[in-house]
Amino acid sequence: MSRSDLLKLAGVVLVTALAAWFLYPSYTYYSMTPAQRDALAPKKLAELRKQAIHLGLDLQGGLQLLLEVDKSKLTAAEAKDATDRAMEIIRNRVDQFGVAEPLIQREGEDRVAVQLPGLTDRGRAIELIGKTALLEFKLVRTPEETKAAFDRLDAYFAANNAAETDSTLRLHPITGRMLDQGVFPETEASIVEKLLASTNLDSILPADTQVLWEKGVRDIGGVNARSLYVLKRDAEMTGGSVATADAAVGLDPNQPGAWGVSMNMTPKGRTDFARVTGANVGRQLSIVLDGVVQSAPNIQDRIPGGNARITGSFDINSSKDLAIVLRAGALPAPVKILEERTVGPSLGGDSITQGVHAGLIGTAMIVAFMVVYYQLSGVVAVVAMVLNTFYILAILAYSGATLTLPGIAGLVLTVGMAVDTNVLIFERIREELRAGRSIRQAVDLGYNRAFRTVFDAHSTQIISGLFLFQFGTGPIKGFAFTLIWGLVANLFTAVVFTRMIYDFWLSRGKADRLSI
Amino acid sequence: MFQILHDTNIPFMKHRKLAYLFSGLIVLVTLFLLFTKGPRYSVDFTGGTLVQIRTAPAAHADDVRGAMDAAGFKGAEIQQMTGESADEFLIRVANDESDAKHISERISEAVTAKIAGTTVEVRRIESVGPKVGSELRSKAVWAILSSLGVILLYVGIRYEFKFALGGVVALLHDVLVTLGFLMFTGREVSLTVVAALLTIAGYSINDTIVVFDRIRERNKALRKETHSRVMDIAVNETLSRTVITAFTVFLASLALFIWGGEVLRDFSFAMLVGIVFGTYSSVYVASALALDTWIALDRRKGVQAE
Repeated sequence: MSRSDLLKLAGVVLVTALAAWFLYPSYTYYSMTPAQRDALAPKKLAELRKQAIHLGLDLQGGLQLLLEVDKSKLTAAEAKDATDRAMEIIRNRVDQFGVAEPLIQREGEDRVAVQLPGLTDRGRAIELIGKTALLEFKLVRTPEETKAAFDRLDAYFAANNAAETDSTLRLHPITGRMLDQGVFPETEASIVEKLLASTNLDSILPADTQVLWEKGVRDIGGVNARSLYVLKRDAEMTGGSVATADAAVGLDPNQPGAWGVSMNMTPKGRTDFARVTGANVGRQLSIVLDGVVQSAPNIQDRIPGGNARITGSFDINSSKDLAIVLRAGALPAPVKILEERTVGPSLGGDSITQGVHAGLIGTAMIVAFMVVYYQLSGVVAVVAMVLNTFYILAILAYSGATLTLPGIAGLVLTVGMAVDTNVLIFERIREELRAGRSIRQAVDLGYNRAFRTVFDAHSTQIISGLFLFQFGTGPIKGFAFTLIWGLVANLFTAVVFTRMIYDFWLSRGKADRLSI
Repeated sequence: MFQILHDTNIPFMKHRKLAYLFSGLIVLVTLFLLFTKGPRYSVDFTGGTLVQIRTAPAAHADDVRGAMDAAGFKGAEIQQMTGESADEFLIRVANDESDAKHISERISEAVTAKIAGTTVEVRRIESVGPKVGSELRSKAVWAILSSLGVILLYVGIRYEFKFALGGVVALLHDVLVTLGFLMFTGREVSLTVVAALLTIAGYSINDTIVVFDRIRERNKALRKETHSRVMDIAVNETLSRTVITAFTVFLASLALFIWGGEVLRDFSFAMLVGIVFGTYSSVYVASALALDTWIALDRRKGVQAE
């Protein structure tokens, strides 16, 4: 073997090994049964899902919405961050669906794309996402009241909890899971959440009392935890009382570098705020958006001027988020649905089956033809084609692009086109053989002369693919993606891989006949 | 060596006038259809809502239609989907701004109410507002035109002008003819079909380039031959490759058409038509036009050519 052949061999081995490495998570993930997936730690599963090939909503089922923020009733100043506000509200709500990988993406000036894979309750999702935001300020119950409320919940759920083996948890299904008053480790929190959602709590809790979760998971004393607040049900004030809110540094003189949120009330809100803060110094006033507690600052003093500073454990992002939430509640930015695409899970499954089925039959027909027509060379072309498909899938997995149904069609077409390059080269070699050249010469000339054609042909197709990618929405982008990378992979397999096989074949000196 | 179409010597260029007539006729019919009836656009482009339902036990198309009429969906289009069980329907309705959210629920209720004992599963909903519909429409037109433009530029730089013209006319021809077949068979032009049209454009130019490359190569070697002879030699020499490639891509598209399911059927139909015509046009439109431009250019220079 010559040096250049060794280099090519190393190249092919390296690329293939890399492809296998990228595809391994996909293999692991998609070969797992649902039970095995449930058994895996949530963090590990999320990691694996991230590395595996993403299936488009048309394949796994789900809901896709394109929303437009309606700015028609807002002044120019109010409209400025309307899209951010709308996104924050949508994000806050989407978190409640518990879908695995929601995607909320800004598109252009005033549009938001939302993808909820695997969602089954379409009606509720659309209802919730389209609803106007409701921001409320609610008093947090005193520690004694909070304890009493949790004890009532404990007593209620303990009554039908005979199956629990752990004696503490049997008697205290709620408080037994707490780290601290109202604070649950992440895993326990989801159990409690399910428990609480299973019944109407109104008759169990004291009058004018409700329990609401805080948004997201926080690091509390080194543990990922969520807080459950016991609140006074009747809101003290609503978002309409807020005039402006901004993230700022140095609000607390004792912590000069720390982030916080500065909030100004409207003239009417000022009076209410003065009254509420004056009457409840030392208590917590929670900020609740659409039933989710965003923050629960302590009231340190009566605030007569309507200018509040919220400080504490904020960083730049969390303070900005809270400011957006406050503004969003003050000035809701209504959204309207421009486009909806929903695919039921059964249809997605059918599409995968049909796509794969069609792909396999198409490939089988092409393989049969190539092997009959070009014999051993046909086998080489088929191996190249298989490698080609393998590479495209690896690129899909690596880049985090999405495999859609048209994407599968693109893969199948690429299989058809992948052999084209080899057909071109083979036909050229045959011609040179017929013209009386030696095998070695025929192969060299065949490759060299066909290369220019192959290159031009691929370039023009890649150009039209790029335009397709530009133009396309979701599924079409998936098609363009597989087509473009299919062409690139194709150049590699045809020019490097098959060439190497021939060189290897011929260098062994036994080739007095070429099986082509 | 197992060979087909080897050492052929078909005088392709002799019959090119006949091919012009044939292609011209199809393109004319397509243009006529395009400007009179127009393609049947999907909700992607017109705006509206498409709902795919599955009924159990399988409902009759007439009953579904009756249910839609009874529920007051004016102008709803009902299409029974092909497939063994014949239990699925595509229902297209115009978007009624007030209640687009609940269309699928209203359709399910209408069908269950009309046909006793039938359950309805909503399998797919595609709802596109008028604004997005018109945006997608202009985006599609822009994508097709600009990709044609850039391909023309590329071919123009890599080859001489006479070739570029033939190549792009062939490409337009393929896309138009495919559109014509879609209109003629009443198939829907959706986003996926536009993707097929762009793929056909890429495929068509690919095929044309292979033939053109050979013409250029042969023209250097065979200076004494007439232009049409050079063309014939080149086309004959590349014939087996042209046919074999068309055949393999055709097989792949055929598999998608037959087994790939309803969602891909119009897409793969367009591919099948596009491949057949793309292959034909690389010889009879692209090369033939290149030949006539070549001859005309030579004559203008005062050289007798044929």
